[in-house]
Amino acid sequence: MTDQPISSDLPVATAGDYVQLLKPRIMMLVVFTAAAGLVAAQGMSGVTIHPLMGAIAILAVALGSGAAGAINMWYDADIDAVMSRTSTRPIPSGAVPKEEALAMGLIMSAASVLLMWLASNTLAAALLAFSIVYYGVIYTMWLKRATPQNIVIGGGAGAFPPVIGWAAVTGNTPLDAWLLFAIIFMWTPPHFWALSLLAHKEYEKAGVPMLPVTHGARATRRQVLAYTLVLAPLGLAPVLTGLGGTIYALTAGLLGLVFLALSGRVAFSTAGERDALPRDNRAAAKLFAFSILYLFLIFAALMLEHATGWHWPVSEVTR
Amino acid sequence: MTDEDRIERVELSEREIAARKRRNLWLALALFGFVILVGAVTMVRLSQTGMGPDQEFYWHIDN
Repeated sequence: MTDQPISSDLPVATAGDYVQLLKPRIMMLVVFTAAAGLVAAQGMSGVTIHPLMGAIAILAVALGSGAAGAINMWYDADIDAVMSRTSTRPIPSGAVPKEEALAMGLIMSAASVLLMWLASNTLAAALLAFSIVYYGVIYTMWLKRATPQNIVIGGGAGAFPPVIGWAAVTGNTPLDAWLLFAIIFMWTPPHFWALSLLAHKEYEKAGVPMLPVTHGARATRRQVLAYTLVLAPLGLAPVLTGLGGTIYALTAGLLGLVFLALSGRVAFSTAGERDALPRDNRAAAKLFAFSILYLFLIFAALMLEHATGWHWPVSEVTR
Repeated sequence: MTDEDRIERVELSEREIAARKRRNLWLALALFGFVILVGAVTMVRLSQTGMGPDQEFYWHIDN
């Protein structure tokens, strides 16, 4: 019996590769909106959460987001390898084996839900578990490859964080929490379709039925405008319930108008067409970038009002 | 010598060994952090209920 040494030429994964599996950019927005929900819940209900428990609840949301991202990368490795935008991700590039990504996703899912349950309550933990399943299973394994409405319905997964943050404080989910859910839900289609207008060839190559692939760029541009027409006034709805004060109203109102202007610019352009003018495609790219800023700033305004006490309801200011 | 007698042994390069050490270190840190977090949560939660030492839950002595 003899040993047969064989050399290993496996790619060596770095810590950065594992961080990329967690989709850190999505995680940042998820953490931010969850924190806004947590802070607003304290401002509105008068119930406070122990600072350490609040920090651990936010950490649990971050872990849950990362876990869902890792599961998504595990399942989508085949289509990620086809698209140039995603071909350098850790699994298609060969840096991280698929099984490791799945194991990491599952272990982190369990750890995040357990931490949330310990730090807050059963409702917040159940909502976190549901949102991981929503993104990792319902969106990734089913909707994404099945329907052009994939990101509309799947957007629900990304809309949960403020509701989870709210539930972590109060143990319930009142209308105000669901208003924040609705804002992110209606924000997702114009945000994502602005990007997919520019990347539709990639999705077509990978066989992913994104709206520009199945219904064309013109229908997508109209849908972007339609969703923005709903989103802009919906962004002001928290002002009616008292959740958003004057700072929030000014921020959401002004940014909503800019969002509408940019969407209108894209809607009546050639963005996403085969013979699109470069400036029209640039308009779609600008809309995509602005949409991120929009969500960040309106949630920042909400957090600022409730964290500092600068929460002046519009009805009182105008009285 | 048959194929069954032969043992294949993977020889890792220096770079791979270093990467494995780093991974193991991160795993250890993550596990340690998780234990610390669970411990911290438990302590805070106990202090919020009637089970902290100041409530004499464990140490109550009738004189």
